[in-house]
Formats: sequence, structure tokens, C-alpha cells
Amino acid sequence: MDAAKPLPLVEMKDVSIAFGGIKAVDHASIDLYPGEVVGLLGHNGAGKSTLIKVLSGAYKRDGGTILINGEEAHIGNPRDAKRYGIETIYQTLALADNVDAAANLFLGRELRTRWGTLDDVAMEAQARRVMGRLNPNFRRFKDPVKSLSGGQRQSVAIARAIHFNARILIMDEPTAALGPQETKQVGDLIKQLKAEGIGIFLISHDIHDVFDLADRVAVMKNGQVVGSGPVTAMTKDEVLGMIILGKCPPGATPGPGAMAA
Amino acid sequence: MSAAPEASTAHLVAVESPSKRFFRATEIDTRLLGMVGALILIWVGMDLIGVWKDQGFTLNPLAIWDNHSFLTPRNLWNLLVQTSAIAVMSTGMVLIIVMRHIDLSVGSMLSFIGVITGVAQVYWLSPWLGSESPVIWIVGILVALGAGALLGAFNGFLVAYAGIPSFIVTLGGLIVYSGAAWWVIRGETVAPMDANFELIGGTPSGAWIGGKASWALAAFICLAIVVGIFTNRSARARFKFPQRPIWAEVFLLVVGCAVALGTAWVVNAYPWPAKVAEAYAAEHKIPIPPDGADGLGLAHGFAIPMLIALAVGVIMTFMATRTRFGRYVYAIGGNPEAAELAGVNTRFITLLMFMTMGILTAVSACITSARLDAATNSLGQTNELYVIAATVIGGTSLAGGVGTIYGAMLGALVMQSLQSGMTLLNFDSAVKDVIVGSVLVFAVWVDQIYRRRQA
Ligand SMILES: Nc1ncnc2c1ncn2[C@@H]1O[C@H](COP(=O)(O)OP(=O)(O)O)[C@@H](O)[C@H]1O
Ligand SMILES: [Mg+2]
Repeated sequence: MDAAKPLPLVEMKDVSIAFGGIKAVDHASIDLYPGEVVGLLGHNGAGKSTLIKVLSGAYKRDGGTILINGEEAHIGNPRDAKRYGIETIYQTLALADNVDAAANLFLGRELRTRWGTLDDVAMEAQARRVMGRLNPNFRRFKDPVKSLSGGQRQSVAIARAIHFNARILIMDEPTAALGPQETKQVGDLIKQLKAEGIGIFLISHDIHDVFDLADRVAVMKNGQVVGSGPVTAMTKDEVLGMIILGKCPPGATPGPGAMAA
Repeated sequence: MSAAPEASTAHLVAVESPSKRFFRATEIDTRLLGMVGALILIWVGMDLIGVWKDQGFTLNPLAIWDNHSFLTPRNLWNLLVQTSAIAVMSTGMVLIIVMRHIDLSVGSMLSFIGVITGVAQVYWLSPWLGSESPVIWIVGILVALGAGALLGAFNGFLVAYAGIPSFIVTLGGLIVYSGAAWWVIRGETVAPMDANFELIGGTPSGAWIGGKASWALAAFICLAIVVGIFTNRSARARFKFPQRPIWAEVFLLVVGCAVALGTAWVVNAYPWPAKVAEAYAAEHKIPIPPDGADGLGLAHGFAIPMLIALAVGVIMTFMATRTRFGRYVYAIGGNPEAAELAGVNTRFITLLMFMTMGILTAVSACITSARLDAATNSLGQTNELYVIAATVIGGTSLAGGVGTIYGAMLGALVMQSLQSGMTLLNFDSAVKDVIVGSVLVFAVWVDQIYRRRQA
């Protein structure tokens, strides 16, 4: 990489989206560099999930632009986003409950035999490999995911996001259903993916998690960005102040949501 | 090959009861078993009641053993022919319901398509090409299939792209198509259909494939089951996946072959009608044996509508389980939002599914109009209800995501058995309706209890 600042992988500028009268996201701007973990923090209802769903193609924005590698990206649906190498672990996991782990893992990107039919055996083989990496005790490859535990379902959702060579990974509360052991495993995974040069948006409302893993944090409140900055330039208390009061500390760059000084 | 299998399920086997293990290993649904039980109950019950009635309501054990009213090759053969049209449509309705939609328009769409192909054959093609032309039946079928694809795609477009609930779209369709069917022929009956086209209905003597071909077909099905089991095992062995236990494979093989061969045996036990057989014997200069025309050994075998239903069942099962389209249909039914987020083009799949339903309705329209040798604007009246009932009895959950093609076809057989049985017993048609409707509600209630117990 150059000594000069590299091009951001993702740049979201002035993104807005409203549901009915509610401005769920209001002129939010955030960016992400290769090999960087950006923690997105904020209360429930702050607009974190909605903002990243604009990036993943689940929602169409009302305004603003998205640049990928410096070029304007046209993301109208989830298929478009995947073409840009954006993979997402949704807060709701977004699994089809009635089919098995392999079917979920490959949903929309099924492996096929040379006759064009589903290659279930090959998909199961790859599913076993990637699940082995995340959750070595997982055995229930034939069961619909509805019958799996919360942690197992979460592993399936994570496996799906990392299996297709993502360049940009969005993780919306990825450890919500996991125990301490599995949470640590996900933490290790994030470090490993980061080392591979993948850019990661990590959404959480647990600031301890984020402080351990993120390079930078961005805080949202009422749909607006309060501020963002490197974790090294802020204390946890200052970040809490951003989340609760919307007060931007000196170490962070204030956004439109920052409380007037 | 056999070392890997036990490993992963070992911890489960220890705590499983033998019956649980049986169902897990064979992947047989207990609900399927319930349906087979219901079918046997209906068949034997109808048979006993019929004999009891024939004997003047006295119970003579010998009479019961020797006489049959329902369980005769002739009746079972007719039952299969009558089931085929509903069974064909039920294979599509399963997937529609799996996707959390409904299609109420299939009955009147069937009438409309029947009328269209009838008019095409009788008023256009026949005068133009001459009634003997062998092209008529082909064009007649293509017209029907084209109309079905178009009408189905239109339904699908309104549901998927205009965002109108399928209940409303197809309720409207029910009314529109039935009006359209009447409008085309002003309530007249279009008849007769083309002579070759009529074979699709299974009535004329050319519409039965006979004894030898039927045995050959059954043998072929057995072979296909064997090949299927072996390819699956070798594929799983290649990746060192757990295998199904050998005894379970053998069990499935035996049951599958028994059903195929048993069905062939039944349809082959139904001899040609005496008149047709005598005419055939005269034509081929075969002497008629002293015990009558039955002694000629001319068997019906499978009829064309049965073969159509079988082929449709195989194709639809293939589509549902082996193609991306089928995978998407189930995923959308399980969680429409998740499917969309995973990059599935849910709207297009919805459109395709309704189009498939339209094509299947066209197939049934051909069978029904050919069997009647006529088309009327009431050809498919209330068929939508029987199709939906068959599908639901066949274990399809109205909540979406769950249902099988073979279940729905079996459901169609259950419905038709009930209806034919009651017809045979001279039930009043009003009473029949009361019973069929009640059975539907009862079946769903039992299913609910079963599901709650499972959860
Ligand atoms: N699909 C939707 N329809 C209507 N309102 C929504 C929808 N999604 C989110 N919202 C609203 O947008 C706001 C932000 O929600 P969300 O992005 O889920 O917050 P967070 O992820 O930060 O907890 C909330 O007020 C929520 O009610
Ligand atoms: Mg959220």
C-alpha cells in the first residue's frame, strides 16, 4: 500500500431513508478501509441496522451516494451488493428455517452438477468444511435450521457470509445468540479476516466487544451519526457519552447528530 | 463405506426408540404413514359396506372374502383414471401453498382452457385440416398449454409485480375465467373432441397400454429405484458422508417395488370390455375361448391419463428437489425476506410458479375434456376446492414452507377414493359433499394435533 492514505473500500455519503414519517437514517456518512474493523454503535432503534441494510441492498435509500473503491456503486437489491463483494450477517440471521444448513449456506449461489441440477452432496461437503471451522461440534447437516439452537443458527449465518470471498463484511450483532466460548471464536475469526484485508462493519450495542476488535467506531443516535474516530483516541466513557447523550468528544470527528456544544 | 455411517448418529441411536430410529433412517414421514392408513381404511371400509349392502345387510364372513364391490380391478382402474386430473394440479398447488400463496382460479381456468382447445379443435382445425388430420391433437394440446402458461403467468405477474395478494388475484380469476369460458361458447357444449386427443382421457381402447407394456413399466420403475439408491450411496461414499443403514435402503426398495408391481398387477387384472375384446378377436381372427372374451387375456394395463399423472409427478418432484427453482420455492416459503436477502429473485420465481400452475391446469384440462369427449363452461367447476383439499390432506402446511409432491398426489387419491366409494354406494351427491367437506376439516384438525405433539 502507498504511504498516502489508501482509497476507502466503502464510502457512504449523506445516506437517508425514512419509513413513513420516521427518519430511520438521516444524512449518515461513514467509511471503511481495507483490513479495517469499524464498530457501529448506538441504542436500539438508532438506525444501525437500517444504514447497513442500505449498503447490503435490502433497502433502497431515499438520498445519498455509496462509493465502492472510489467509484459510485449502484446497489438496488441484495444481488447487486453481493456482486460488489458485500456479504452480510443480518441481525435476524435471515435464514430459511425449513431447509438445512447447506441449503441456507448456498442459497442464491447453489452448486450445480454438469447437468444443471443441484449438487447437494458437494454443497454438503463444503458446508461441513466451513462449519467445521466455526463450530467443530456441529453435526446436524440434514435437519432444517429451525430445529437448531440459536448459536448453531448464528454459525450458519456467519458461515454463509464468509464462504464466498467477501471483500466487505457486515456483521449485525453477530454474537447476540452465542456463548462466551463461541463469542471468542467469532472474535478470532474477525481478526483473521481483517488480516486478509477484508473490511468489516461490526455492529453491536456492547461497547466492550467493539473496543476489543474495532479500529474505529462510529456512533449513531436517532438516525444520525454523532461522531466517529479511532478507538485509541477515546475512552469507553466518552463513547458512552456519545451513545447516550450525543456528546462528541475531542478525539472524534463530529457528525450531524452531535449535540451542539 | 460402512465404517463412517454409525459414527455421527451413534449418540442419537443410544436414546432413540426403535420406531423413532426406523422413521429417521427411512426418512418416512409419520404423516405419510397416516395417509396410507386412511387410504386403506377407506378402501376396505367401502368394500365391506358395499358387500354388506349387496348381501341385503347380513354379515356372511364367506361372502366378505369372496365378493368385492370397491376392491375390484375395474373400480381401482377407474379410480386411478379419475384421480389423475386432480393429482396433476395438486403437484403445482403444493408448491404454490409452500410459497405461502393460493390459487383459487384453477377450476375455472380449467374450464376456460378446455373450452379454448375444444373450440380450436372442433370449429377451427377440424374444418380447416379435415377431421382425420393427425395434427389436430398436437395443436390442440399446444393451444391448451400455451393458454395455461399465459393465464398462469398473468396471475403470477399480478401477485409478484403488482403486489396484489394471491387470494384476491385468483379469486378474481375464478370469476373471470368462468365468465370467459361461458362467453366463448355461450353455454353450449363443444363436442366431439378430436379422436386422437380423446386418448388422453383414457376412455377409448387405444388409450390403454396393455399387459406387457404395463409390466415392463413397473419393472423399469423398480430398476430406477435401485439405480437411484446406488447413485445416492456412491455419491455419499465419495465424500465419506454418513450412509442410510442397509436395512432401511432395502425396506424402501421393497416398498417402492411392491407399489409399482402391485399397481401393474391391479391394472392388468382388468380385462378389456367384452365388446371391444370380441371385435379385436374377430379382426385378428383369434377364436374366442369358451369362458368368454375375458379368457383372451387382453388386459387394460395403465391408461394414458395415469401415465401423464405419473410423468407429471416425477417431473415436478425433480423440479422441487433437484433444481434451483425448487430450492427457491421452498426457501421463499420458509422465509421470503431471507430468500430475497440471499439474492433470490423472489418475484420472478413467484411468476414462474404461477405459470407452472397454469401449465399443469392445462394438462388437466386436456385430460378432463378428453375423458368427457366434450368441453363445457362448467368442465372444472369446484376443482380448485378438490385440488386444495387434496394438497392439504397430503400434508402441505398452509403456513408455507412444508409440503411434498407425492403427499399431495396421495391426498388426491384419498379424496377421489372417498368420492368414488360413495358414488358406488349410491350416496346422494349432497350427502357426498357434506362428507367430503367434513373429512377435509377433520384431516387438518388431526394434522394440527400431530404437529403440536411434535413441537
Ligand atoms: N422496515 C421498517 N419499517 C418501518 N420502520 C422501520 C423499519 N426498519 C426499521 N425501522 C425503524 O427505523 C428505526 C431504526 O431501526 P434499526 O435500524 O433497526 O435500529 P438499530 O439497528 O440501531 O437498533 C427504528 O425506529 C425502527 O422502528
Ligand atoms: Mg439493529
